[in-house]
Amino acid sequence: MIRSENLTRRFGGLLAVDGVSLTLERGRLHAVIGPNGAGKSTLINLLSGELPPTAGRILFDGQDIARWPAWKRGQAGIGRTFQHSNAMRDMSVLENTRLAVQARSGIGLFRSAQNPRLIQSALAALHRTGLTGAAKAEAGTLSHGQARLLEIAMALAGAPSVLLLDEPLAGLGPEETAPIVALLRDLARDHAVLLVEHDMDVVFAVAAIVTVMDEGRVLATGDPHAIRTSAAVRDAYLGQGA
Amino acid sequence: MIVASRTGQALLGVAALAIASMPFWASSWHMQLVSTALVGALLALSLQLLVGGTGLVSLGQAGFFGLGAYTVYLLGSPPVWIALPAAMAAAGAAALLTGTLALRTRGFFFLMTSLAFGQMMFFAFHDTGLGGGSDGQFIARPFLGFALSRQNRPAALLLANLTVLTIVYAALCWLMGTAFGHALQGIRSNENRMAAMGHNVQRLKLAAFVLSGALAGLAGHMSVLTDGFVNPGLLDWHRSAEALLMILLGGIGALHGPILGAFALTAVQEAGSLLTDRPRLIEGAVFLAAVLFLRHGLAGRRR
Amino acid sequence: MLAGLLAQVLNGVQYGLLLFLIGSGLTLIFGVMGVINLAHGSLFMIGAYLAFAVAGATGQFWLALPLAIIGGAALGTVLERLLFRRFRTRPHMDQVLLTFALILLFEEARSAVFGNQFHSVAIPAGLDFSVPVVGGFRYSAYRLAVLAICLAIAAGMVWLIERTRIGSAIRAAAENAAMLDLLGVDATRIHRLVFAGGTALAMLAGALAAPLQSVYPGMGDGFLILSFIVVVIGGLGSVAGAFWGALLVGMTDTMAKAYVPQAGGIAVCAMMAAVLIWRPAGLSGRG
Repeated sequence: MIRSENLTRRFGGLLAVDGVSLTLERGRLHAVIGPNGAGKSTLINLLSGELPPTAGRILFDGQDIARWPAWKRGQAGIGRTFQHSNAMRDMSVLENTRLAVQARSGIGLFRSAQNPRLIQSALAALHRTGLTGAAKAEAGTLSHGQARLLEIAMALAGAPSVLLLDEPLAGLGPEETAPIVALLRDLARDHAVLLVEHDMDVVFAVAAIVTVMDEGRVLATGDPHAIRTSAAVRDAYLGQGA
Repeated sequence: MIVASRTGQALLGVAALAIASMPFWASSWHMQLVSTALVGALLALSLQLLVGGTGLVSLGQAGFFGLGAYTVYLLGSPPVWIALPAAMAAAGAAALLTGTLALRTRGFFFLMTSLAFGQMMFFAFHDTGLGGGSDGQFIARPFLGFALSRQNRPAALLLANLTVLTIVYAALCWLMGTAFGHALQGIRSNENRMAAMGHNVQRLKLAAFVLSGALAGLAGHMSVLTDGFVNPGLLDWHRSAEALLMILLGGIGALHGPILGAFALTAVQEAGSLLTDRPRLIEGAVFLAAVLFLRHGLAGRRR
Repeated sequence: MLAGLLAQVLNGVQYGLLLFLIGSGLTLIFGVMGVINLAHGSLFMIGAYLAFAVAGATGQFWLALPLAIIGGAALGTVLERLLFRRFRTRPHMDQVLLTFALILLFEEARSAVFGNQFHSVAIPAGLDFSVPVVGGFRYSAYRLAVLAICLAIAAGMVWLIERTRIGSAIRAAAENAAMLDLLGVDATRIHRLVFAGGTALAMLAGALAAPLQSVYPGMGDGFLILSFIVVVIGGLGSVAGAFWGALLVGMTDTMAKAYVPQAGGIAVCAMMAAVLIWRPAGLSGRG
């Protein structure tokens, strides 16, 4: 579906992402874990086009998209969420989601924004994320938990084939986590999902494959069981906190 | 951006009717004054598409305004049905050219770049003989379809300006309700997120910039029609700043804000030159007061 | 022919250095405080009128230079204190309107005090001769003095910015305003310093320029636009960028006006367009 080859990003003297190769498949949730500063968010920014890579290729449906601007990747079906909620804060939840639908709807720019197809798709995304009740609220006034859900709803509303999720659970309590974990499992059925997450319980519960990063490099990739039992990973990372 | 409520639109309609009835009761001088305000409103409305509509604060709008006016002059004052589209096309083309470059920058840089391009157009007419030099020229007004006499001219021009402003305002009300208009609003609110979702932000901004430039050119055309002269002062960046003030006075978050602001500023300027021999003192004080105290504009909406 | 070219090169450098005095203040005020100051050109004008007034009243032009610096620092402190401090976090549009209001008020004040005529300021006695440069080519001693003064100030600024503790705080703030707090520097003090310094430099530039051109209403406008272009070309908050940008703008403007008078104003804007195509964030590459 989407594959990175030797993806590298340098900030001055720092190699934030160093030769990362990984493959996301439809129907599979691929988690990326690693300590702070391991390069996980930079990896998402490289895949989504927020940042241009210093070197390496990104193959999406057979095309190298590494030089594409962010909007073109969004247009092609790569959706993402942001670690820090990044909505149009002065607009309603529905309008935020509707704009996401509009980007890939193919509906003419000079048709009414209230086109029923746009509204229905937006409402569907809100329904799937459990935000229907907050549709009219201004995005800037949402609770933290709702704002995290809106991030997912907006990514989902564009009907992407690839979902890049940057810490969707950051800062959430256990009762807020459970429905999102269910949602993640659900999303993995019909999307290629990349999940960056710190909560190891969640990662090992939902991921089909796990990549461990440290200092910009891939330390190991494997199924959750293999990763959990890998001595190298335990030394480098899991040992510190878990 | 807020399109006025139904009551608001009705009030605007009543105001438009009141202006339309001026030939029956007002003096030529008053009609000319209102014409000036209407042309100012048209310019400020064109800029509002960028400022309130897209979040682009440009200081070069007078360049497109003046270019529209000079297009009429350079074509030798053809009839309105040629002069008007030509002025819009010329200003729109200039906006396409400068916008392609200026929109490579953001925020502060965009502001400065738009100002520099506006001044470039100013110099093009100020330093060369192209448009009659730095003193400007009186020119024949484009033919409206019927002969203008000294008696019917103020009324005819007033109605022409009112008609054009009404059409442009209605068109922008419609535009802001389309997918395009909503996308511009999204860009104003959070450009990066819009791009991440797959909106071609650069192209949308350029489209808004070109449309805004063409509308400023239209305003310039109406200014020539109203005043019958061109001079480089039409492109002076002070005019761009005044258009921004009209938006701030009227309310940056409302589509009809610039119209209110244009009337308010024209009234202040007129009162300033009637009451004192230092009109800039009054204008400067109003700017200062507006920016210090009137943060929501006459329309009461900041966003 | 060659002498004429040499004269234009020197004129270009000297004009560029004056632009640097204005542009460096503008770029630092924006870089450090995040404030767009359109009234910066008016400060230049005030400096020129100060020179006109001082030279007229006392016959001592040189007295105007320290007065411009002291007066500029004082005026800058007052403006920062009363107005600009509150506008740091306001939208660009509000800053534009605030400073445009100041332009109108400064112009009106100028008109009330000095009227609306053009004035000229005599080249200060003692420097109203020309110096042989090479061969038979001679150049105005006052222009050479302006060149030297500007270069000395530029060198002083580089030293201040690069070598002193306060300079490193200014650089850090221009990179990232939040850095000031991290460094534990009193941000308010830095802001006041930068604003007062920028104002003093603009007024000094005006005083220095007064004998070189007429002193007239709205004279700050042309300089304002050109120094904006200097900032765009040089890159945000970069003093070195402002220096090279100012020389480039000064040279282009002078050459264009000397050899293609009709393209004078357009040449600089065209050059800015070229720089934007090549490097949208300016020569120093940030923005």
